[in-house]
Amino acid sequence: MTKVIVSNQKHPLDTYLRTDRLPHIWCPGCGIGAVLHAFLRALLDSGVDLKKVALVSGIGCTGRVAGYVRLDSFHTTHGRALPFATGLKIANPELKLVVFSGDGDLIAIGGNHFIHAARRNIDMTVICVNNFNYGMTGGQLGPTTPLTGRTTTTMRGNIEEPFNIPYLAAAAGAVYIARWTTAHIHSLEHSIGEALAKKGFSLVEAISPCPTYYGRMNKQPTGLDQIRYFRYNSIVRHGIDPRLVGIEANGQIVVGKFVDIERPYIPGATGSGNGRTT
Amino acid sequence: MTEKPKNEIKLIIERCKGCRFCVEFCPQHILYQSDEVNSKGYRIVDVADISKCDQCNTCSMVCPEFAINVVSIEAKPVKDGEVVCLSQDT
Repeated sequence: MTKVIVSNQKHPLDTYLRTDRLPHIWCPGCGIGAVLHAFLRALLDSGVDLKKVALVSGIGCTGRVAGYVRLDSFHTTHGRALPFATGLKIANPELKLVVFSGDGDLIAIGGNHFIHAARRNIDMTVICVNNFNYGMTGGQLGPTTPLTGRTTTTMRGNIEEPFNIPYLAAAAGAVYIARWTTAHIHSLEHSIGEALAKKGFSLVEAISPCPTYYGRMNKQPTGLDQIRYFRYNSIVRHGIDPRLVGIEANGQIVVGKFVDIERPYIPGATGSGNGRTT
Repeated sequence: MTEKPKNEIKLIIERCKGCRFCVEFCPQHILYQSDEVNSKGYRIVDVADISKCDQCNTCSMVCPEFAINVVSIEAKPVKDGEVVCLSQDT
């Protein structure tokens, strides 16, 4: 009835994006862009000085985030986003560190760095976009693929038990852990804002559709099918024991804020106050 | 009788990839996927009835492409009597 669609418009967040690279490479129906949108809004609302923000990402679909934001951003080697960010934080404790990477980068190749960054409780915010497989390289089985989930390398269904990311992070010592899907975009934005304000290793797991590989292999061929599945099969349980939030294929996804505790963190609260040793 | 629209939904056509997240999540159900295609061949979204828009910004939030956003077109007089368009800029 009313046609208001106009071209050549500017998006409110264009100031913080490298618009010459848009439209981005992510598939139609992928949720990484929505997570990035929620992160940028949360970052702007948090009032952090943008000149003191460093965004680090690894390799993979989600690793591309570093190339699209107009912040100090670093695209590191595979799995090494966390040690890179740790070094940045130790060298310059004033920086606000954000690690934005995928499950294959953070939990598989960088799994050891992940548990040790959580154990040391380095003051940083980690946003882990979980799409249940290795999307960029062709949809192979990853450590977060649910049991019986089909991928291009497990055509008869996965026989391995997947990682439960919030439980892993809680066991390793993270102080803030939340999980949302891209269907809960307002809650995701709120949680990212809380994680940015939290001192210590804070993790937000964002479950995203991957229609091209994971969804297509599991009878959810479009991003819309997957996001509908997230929307109608998620259950909010704040403060639940993280060992109970494992993801099963075709099961309910428990979302919410699971852990919010206080622990001494590095650098800042200990030693000379800035973490530097001379 | 239709009310005068207070908001305007703006779409950057070349960024839309036709994923229909905004159509799915709009609480007023005023968006739909039209038959028009952009230069990459994706079917872009269109607005059915803009007067129902509440400016909740959900379409903008779920859009993974940074393509759609809502601006207010309420005209308010300023000091020297001019009329300006207020847009929601962050």
